Amino acid sequence: MGRDLLIHVKDLRTYFYTDVGVVKAVDGVNLEIGIGETLGIVGESGSGKSITAMSMMRLIPQPPGRIEGGEVLFYGKDLLKLSEKEMMKIRGNEIAMIFQDPMTSLNPVLTVGEQMIETIVLHQKVSRSMAKRRAIEMLERVGIPEAKGRVNNYPHLFSGGMRQRVMIAMALSCNPKLLIADEPTTALDVTIQAQILDLMNNLQQELGTAIMLITHNLGVIAELCQKVLVMYAGNTVEYTDVNTLFAKPMHPYTYGMLESSPKLELRKQRLDPIEGHPPDPYRLPQGCNFAQRCRRIMPVCEREKPTLLEIEPGHFVSCFLYERVKI
Amino acid sequence: MKLSKGSQFGLLIVALMTLVAILAETIAPYDPVQVVLKDSLQGPNFKHFMGTDLLGRDILSRIIYGARASLMIGVTATSISLLLGVIVGSVSGYYGGWVDSLIMRLTDIFSAFPYFLMAIIIMTFFEPSMISVFFVLGIVGWTNYARLVRGQVILIKVSSYVEAARSIGAKDGRIIVHHVFPNILSPLIVYTTMNIAGVILAEAGLSFLGLGVQPPTPSWGVMLSEGKDFIFNAPWLIFWPGAALLFSVIGYNLLGNGLRDRLDPRSKQGGESNGSRLVNSCQRS
Amino acid sequence: MIRFIIWRILQCVPVGLGISMLTFLMLSLVPGDPVTLMLGQHVSPQIMNNVRQELGLDLPFFSRYLQYVWNILHGDLGRSYIQHQEVTTMLLDKIPITFNLTFVATTFAVTAGVLIGVLSAVKQGSPWDTFTTGFTLLGISVPSFWLGMILQLIFGVIFRILPVSGSGGDGFQLQYYILPGFTLGFASMAMYAGLTRSGMLEVLRQDYIRTARAKGLSKPVVVFKHGLKNALIPVTTHAGMDFASLMGGTVLTEMIFSLPGIGTMLINAVSRRDYPVVQGVTLFLALVFVLVNLLVDILYAVLDPRIRYD
Repeated sequence: MGRDLLIHVKDLRTYFYTDVGVVKAVDGVNLEIGIGETLGIVGESGSGKSITAMSMMRLIPQPPGRIEGGEVLFYGKDLLKLSEKEMMKIRGNEIAMIFQDPMTSLNPVLTVGEQMIETIVLHQKVSRSMAKRRAIEMLERVGIPEAKGRVNNYPHLFSGGMRQRVMIAMALSCNPKLLIADEPTTALDVTIQAQILDLMNNLQQELGTAIMLITHNLGVIAELCQKVLVMYAGNTVEYTDVNTLFAKPMHPYTYGMLESSPKLELRKQRLDPIEGHPPDPYRLPQGCNFAQRCRRIMPVCEREKPTLLEIEPGHFVSCFLYERVKI
Repeated sequence: MKLSKGSQFGLLIVALMTLVAILAETIAPYDPVQVVLKDSLQGPNFKHFMGTDLLGRDILSRIIYGARASLMIGVTATSISLLLGVIVGSVSGYYGGWVDSLIMRLTDIFSAFPYFLMAIIIMTFFEPSMISVFFVLGIVGWTNYARLVRGQVILIKVSSYVEAARSIGAKDGRIIVHHVFPNILSPLIVYTTMNIAGVILAEAGLSFLGLGVQPPTPSWGVMLSEGKDFIFNAPWLIFWPGAALLFSVIGYNLLGNGLRDRLDPRSKQGGESNGSRLVNSCQRS
Repeated sequence: MIRFIIWRILQCVPVGLGISMLTFLMLSLVPGDPVTLMLGQHVSPQIMNNVRQELGLDLPFFSRYLQYVWNILHGDLGRSYIQHQEVTTMLLDKIPITFNLTFVATTFAVTAGVLIGVLSAVKQGSPWDTFTTGFTLLGISVPSFWLGMILQLIFGVIFRILPVSGSGGDGFQLQYYILPGFTLGFASMAMYAGLTRSGMLEVLRQDYIRTARAKGLSKPVVVFKHGLKNALIPVTTHAGMDFASLMGGTVLTEMIFSLPGIGTMLINAVSRRDYPVVQGVTLFLALVFVLVNLLVDILYAVLDPRIRYD
């Protein structure tokens, strides 16, 4: 992986300690994003995608959550070792985030302008009037008509799609190096989804911001991302570039997932769902988390956990099928 | 039914208070109204555990009989409010339309005025006595019950099992008694428990102002009123009745809180249910 | 916003009429003849009739009501049976004291209550939070008049640093209102603390709080700027009702601390059956509640932009 890495997450583990037991929401995730690159993270709900993102931002509510181990290297510096004060300078400035539900992600009692300006003033150390000009400029850039007037409006006067545009403008207002987008289009109408994805694509080309896009929609991945990371029950199961993933998926979960999603060109009559359910997060199995649902299960899968290995150049898989040495 | 530690404590207090009120004759060491002038204003001692008042009456005995007065007024006034509120609220909610509008406007006007002030003002038209306190506190307390019941009745009215009952020809009265009441029982129990706390406080307030229970009847409010001129010389005169009052009101509130958490799971999420907010804000004197 | 306020003010007119109707009926319900009550029984029938005509009591019911409303609008609330003074004059004399008292109590209750509530929400589950929960229970359970006397005992006998009775004469002398204000505001403070706590816990779970954190804002900015304003919206709805119970409490507090305010005036009138004074005070207090609720609704609209535009 000899690229210039923007972020490199190594063996990240985030556990939640509840009254009923320990949930290993993220249990050994590895990922890397190059400068200006787009990484898609895909997986079922509950697979730990959002928790991974929140852990990278160190926004896990503590208690009950706790980051138990691993490293989040940002330009080679471990974010998990920073003080809270240093971390605050990273959030919104170097790494920004947008969320799934634009209807609830903006504060209803503050104008959108105020919510943008406070971020810009905080990180860019400019005057409020400068910040306001910057806010209007960003709103124009994301396609809010009459941004000069709209900047003084409250969020409830914007539609869902417009609010997500505001969120994007807000996130990009400080020129972050990385934008983490947690299911940014899931809550929107299909037509609006496409607009928002286009917008993100264009802005990325213009600004060179790296994007970490969390989604459960493979179509979105295909459209926007260069690299894809597949997560299952808190683990990275496969990581490669987007073409390889669609052309030659290696992990049984990945091709199960590809088969279960609709594809226009194939016109298949039936979709093949993956049988069974994800494991109970309170009682993860001793072996591979996917073993119970895997069509190619082997004895070793129930005994041991597989490790993420580079099977071919740039293609990482965590599955015993490819760990020939061990069998 | 499992109650939290706090509410178990509340239940204990309420049970204790009820027991004391019932057994007052048996457990009180002295006659609460017997004047013994030579024992005037004694501090707490072995003969008089809580001391004596200006007329040499035993404070412990008066506290014990005072529990009886508080409990009687709490229960009676609350029952009157409950009865009025349930009738008005079910009629209003069940029939809807102009009946509902009229009743609800009336309720609004009534409850716009603070409970305790309203009680004071209505007292103008009554001779101060225990009976008057029953009625006045009963009359001023009905609005919240009416609202509570009306809201629940409207909710239940549209639900499927009442539809079903009506479709097999059940009469209105029967529907109210057999289908509506069982469903509003839990909020009513919670509200009633907390309302008793409010009434006990209000009675003490009225009696303290000389508008409620009249001396020499032992009531905690009366005792506080009689003791207020001696705070600096004989602080035990106000300490004991106030502590008894605080203790019993805490008991009812704790029990009410516990019942609410138990019977209304929605309120557990760190928030308070609407009913309890109403309760909390109306039960203050 | 302006339209909302005007609309809200207009809504007060029928309420005001309703209130005047009720207070008018109140005096009509009084058993016995008002003129006899006013002049005593040993006055000649001739004089009684004159007075009756002078007061318009011989007129039909509805004319008398119109007369009553007319008088109210001209600031005439009738005369005391006992002190033979204009009720309006008596009220104007007492208002400053009660105003000072409720002002101190409300200021104290809101600031302390909100602060305690926020802190306990932010530190949910900590010993401080447990303490707050107990404190809130104590607040709604303690009889205010008893609390007042205990405070008098502590500060009058042991510490002797604050005056324990009276208003200190004319003008506003804060030290005379500290103990009464605390006594009166204590229950409200507990209520505000409880409401703020639950409101804040609810708000801190919201997505926009996560957004604010993700923007790199510090915890205090997130809590006080992004959280508090939202958390206060449900608290505000209770402010009007709380003010009403606060006014109920002034009667007892004024009595304990010998403050000659409206509460004391009301009690004296009630116990002496001075009906015009009771009627006047009732009307005045009712109008104050209408006004306070108006202000609370406007404050609500100021806090919540979603209301303003509807």
